[in-house]
Amino acid sequence: MLTEIFQYGFILRGLEAGVIVALVAPLIGIFLVLKRYSLVADTLAHVSLAGIALGMLLGINPVLTALGTSVIASLGIERLRNSKKISGDTALALFLFGSLALAVVILSFAHNLNSNIFNYLFGNIVTVTNNDIFIIFSLAIIVIIFLAMFYKELVYIAFDEDAARVSGVPARLVNNILIILSATTVSLAIPIVGVLLIGALIVIPVVTAIQLRKSFISTIVYAELVSLFSVVAGIILSFYMNLSTGGTIVLIMLAIFTFVFLIKRK
Amino acid sequence: MQKVDHTKNIIEVKNVSFAYEKVDVLKNITLDIHKGDYVGIIGPNGAGKTTLFKVMLGLLKPREGSVSLFGQDLAYFKDWHKIGYVPQKSTNFDSNFPATVRDVVLMARYVPGKIFQKASKEDELAAEKALRQVNMIEYADRMISDLSGGQQQRIFIARALVNEPEIIFLDEPTSGIDKTSQDNFYKILQNLNKELGLTLVLISHDIERITEEVMHIACVDTTLTCHTSPTEYLKESGYAEIMGQKVKIITHHHHN
Repeated sequence: MLTEIFQYGFILRGLEAGVIVALVAPLIGIFLVLKRYSLVADTLAHVSLAGIALGMLLGINPVLTALGTSVIASLGIERLRNSKKISGDTALALFLFGSLALAVVILSFAHNLNSNIFNYLFGNIVTVTNNDIFIIFSLAIIVIIFLAMFYKELVYIAFDEDAARVSGVPARLVNNILIILSATTVSLAIPIVGVLLIGALIVIPVVTAIQLRKSFISTIVYAELVSLFSVVAGIILSFYMNLSTGGTIVLIMLAIFTFVFLIKRK
Repeated sequence: MQKVDHTKNIIEVKNVSFAYEKVDVLKNITLDIHKGDYVGIIGPNGAGKTTLFKVMLGLLKPREGSVSLFGQDLAYFKDWHKIGYVPQKSTNFDSNFPATVRDVVLMARYVPGKIFQKASKEDELAAEKALRQVNMIEYADRMISDLSGGQQQRIFIARALVNEPEIIFLDEPTSGIDKTSQDNFYKILQNLNKELGLTLVLISHDIERITEEVMHIACVDTTLTCHTSPTEYLKESGYAEIMGQKVKIITHHHHN
């Protein structure tokens, strides 16, 4: 029965893309969660939605326009936050509502786009093309290289930004790199889990792994396992039961989180 | 005991002013800190003590005036390994932060301008040495979040010590810590100052305690209102008498 699934090219593409996203999301997520900045992923996803709408309107690959808009917005969010005139979560709210409004307006003057946008809202592996996989794979490599380069800085800043700066860590540069990598990861993950659930993919595996109270590296490894299992199981399950892929993936992750949380509380 | 040349300036703060929006936080502060000194900075809440620390450490840019560290202007200062810092609320990290005590101490073994950094054997040894200095070596592989507040503060001192600095800044390190842990904590600081000749600058609101510990007192209340010895400070401010009464009232209250 399981062999049937691999006869479809789109499922294979979906799985390939899914595995790549599953591996990258927790790597970004761990730093966002520990900086108490989890909602940045959700905000950048909504910004990406505006980018996707723009791409569809202009006939450019929507993943690329999503990437462009979310990277630019991410730098804007970081600047607003650093200005100290607006708090971090207020900066996020401004971008979230602004981009959502922009997406809706763009879509309203091109009615035929509405059916397509649905795939990006909730994710659909059928919409993943070979071109998408190539883009996703390249971006994933870039994200991993940057995280390895600045791993020590990222951990130190997440734990204690002031002390890190006094040790000579270039905190502003590293924060900017992290948020650009977040924007990149969010926009590359959208074809799989969709705009509305990408935040969950970045946050939930990490929060689950943190409950295990292991060292930093072990926590990343456990988060990767949770993420990988949920995405692969979610894609296969949603194929056979004809469910929404993104929704299934997130529900599986939440089930694992609940299980770990209850066991660890005892 | 180390012989320390107390006449050498480590930090020179000259005419520093700082304001948030239009509210003056620091005004025209001039303060030198000498090698081997143990300085207590006191002042009311919101008087600008933490802001002064942040200006001295380059975390905030002063609106006017200048700061030099080890004879170098702050803007060009690069020898951050000479400085240890225990920020206020350093225990305010995510309570599930996945790091062992060893990981936390190793964080400060950082070489600016280098990418792909990994802890070397030398870093590991330095971390263990620092943990021994604060008597916490047996906790090296415990999770930082499993430790009590007082134990965590000792780990943050170890982190500040790990690069064998010449000066350590501590911002309200004993707030929220029980009496016994505080005694331990001050004993460690005395050792570092006397045995290693380490310069210490400490912000505290516990005036009674700090005047017993430090060599110099600096009072900050937007401006620098005093810079003197603890005995002189107590005499001039009449603080001893006031404290005496306060202590009585509190003790009385406890007996009830």
